[in-house]
Amino acid sequence: MFDIDKWQEIFSTIRKNKLRTFLTGFAVAWGIFMLMVLLGSGNGLSNGVGSNFESSALNAMWIWSRETSMPHSGFQSGRQIRFTLTDYESLKEMDGVDKISARYWIGDRVYSFGSEYGNYTTQSCHPDYLDIEKLIIVNGRFINEIDLEYNRKVIVIGDDIRKALFKDVDPVGEILRVGSVPFRVVGVYTEIDPRSGSRQGLIPIATAQALFNAGDRIHEIALTTHDVTRTQSQQIEADIRAMLARNHRFHPDDQRAIGLYNSFDNYIQTMNIFSAIKMFVWLIGIGTLIAGIVGVSNIMLIVVKERTKEIGVRKALGATPSSIVGLVLLESVFITAIAGYVGMFLGISLMEGVNYMMVQQAQQAAASSDVGQMTMFMNPTVDLRIAVSAMLLLVAAGALAGYIPAKRAASIKPIEALRDE
Amino acid sequence: MITLSNIHKSYHTGANNLHVLKGIDLEIKAGEFVSIMGSSGSGKSTLLNILGILDNYDKGTYHLDGQLIQNMSERKAAKYRNETLGFIFQSFNLISFKNAMENVALPLYYQGVSRRKRNAIALEYLDKMGLKPWATHMPNELSGGQKQRVAIARALISQPKVILADEPTGALDTSTSYEVMEILKEIHSEGITIIIVTHEHDIAAMSEKIIKLRDGNIGDLIINGDLASFKKNYAKELQTV
Repeated sequence: MFDIDKWQEIFSTIRKNKLRTFLTGFAVAWGIFMLMVLLGSGNGLSNGVGSNFESSALNAMWIWSRETSMPHSGFQSGRQIRFTLTDYESLKEMDGVDKISARYWIGDRVYSFGSEYGNYTTQSCHPDYLDIEKLIIVNGRFINEIDLEYNRKVIVIGDDIRKALFKDVDPVGEILRVGSVPFRVVGVYTEIDPRSGSRQGLIPIATAQALFNAGDRIHEIALTTHDVTRTQSQQIEADIRAMLARNHRFHPDDQRAIGLYNSFDNYIQTMNIFSAIKMFVWLIGIGTLIAGIVGVSNIMLIVVKERTKEIGVRKALGATPSSIVGLVLLESVFITAIAGYVGMFLGISLMEGVNYMMVQQAQQAAASSDVGQMTMFMNPTVDLRIAVSAMLLLVAAGALAGYIPAKRAASIKPIEALRDE
Repeated sequence: MITLSNIHKSYHTGANNLHVLKGIDLEIKAGEFVSIMGSSGSGKSTLLNILGILDNYDKGTYHLDGQLIQNMSERKAAKYRNETLGFIFQSFNLISFKNAMENVALPLYYQGVSRRKRNAIALEYLDKMGLKPWATHMPNELSGGQKQRVAIARALISQPKVILADEPTGALDTSTSYEVMEILKEIHSEGITIIIVTHEHDIAAMSEKIIKLRDGNIGDLIINGDLASFKKNYAKELQTV
């Protein structure tokens, strides 16, 4: 392996056939380059779409009311379902439900503090909402049970609102006017993903219902399940539908009476798609690679053919078949390994470059008001383990590519080689 | 040194069966200088290939240095070729991307001799051939005679018992041929058995024994008195050139 003569011979044949060696190496480099780019892009898509699930709990469900589509219990279809706190209470008692919060939308209001004002959305919720939406409290606290009990006029504001209205003032404890109603700011939140933006005010649901004469009316219910499997999650989803169907007397099979988004189910489904994409990417990548490897094998066959006479002379001088096999194999492994390394380096560099640019852009987007967009692509890089296994694959492939030509070289009879004049 | 008895060899090419050697009996003693002659197709190259363990034979026995050479593994054949035999070819067969010294050292590479040592030995042998100043020249920078001398040095470096030369002067002009033959004679005087294949009578006339092949059989064995007259005949030819 580390025999200087063998290397000298390999280098001299490579030097003699620069273009041919380059073209061969290029096929392999291209194959591995494409594999890296494809894998990187696959990862980027998977990471990007996966990150959209991160902005709230993975095992969350959102339930909202709609119109019935089937007549049931004497009611005609087309009846608007309206959720109330009763629904919230009954779901809260259900097996498998962990955190739960109702939501009541208030819509846009003018927020003002001192001479600063702006138009923001307000929604009301329960304390569990913090964990369901995975909000981060950067200052102060979130809404608690006592706020609900006493219908306190307290508000948790998004960090974007703080920046816009309070500037350098610490907002906690200050009075913020929502429309004409004064609220005391108790906390400031941000989202995990800065692109989601934090431009809402959150108030206790009881306060909102009292202020806007909503009675016990709610718009939506958000909840998380305990740690469950996908089937369990689907079972809980079915249980929720059944319970709400009883509460509101709509047909249990009426899928359109309520809306339900099961984040976990969607996540698993999406990730399944991505593992399928990943397999597909490997398939294409390896296919491209095989084309390169066949090229190497082909070239090595030509090399052997060209060197037939030389191999014959070597055999006459006492070269054993194994030394001839070693010579051809080593050259083949050498070309594939070097070319593969170059291709991999370029592929990974490209993906890292793209990643760098995307990080820059994401920062710019976060700095501007361009928020709340779905991310489709994120961190499109290949991890080291995959790169190393691709490298090993290459060396093995190089050996494979050299094997048939090497065998042929070893089987050359010196007499036939010498006759070849 | 070499004993052949009833050697047969045929080549099969498709449906054709070409019977090249038809029962060769031959004995070459250690230290002999033998020429094999014959018209083309008489089987002289085939015979040399069998002697050189480059090819196998169909029937008969071949003893080299007391050892039966038959159905040898490639590996073992390679070892014999390396240690007992030295080859000289018509077209020199130097490796084009190695310089003169590295070409000469190649047989020792296959013996596993270290690089420094075998290059030193190779220089010694090149010096014997008067080629030391050309040690680092590539084959394409050498004249035909120089190339053949490098090839002879390569054949000698493993200190073989037998030198097999296939038309060693075939690609050389007469005066260079003559020089090469002088070198071979010198090697012979050191006690090495030399077998050359040639179709040139003047070259054959310089050896001690001439084996004429005719249609796969030994036609004539020219030795002693016959050889003297053979030499006389063809020595003239030499001078007229």
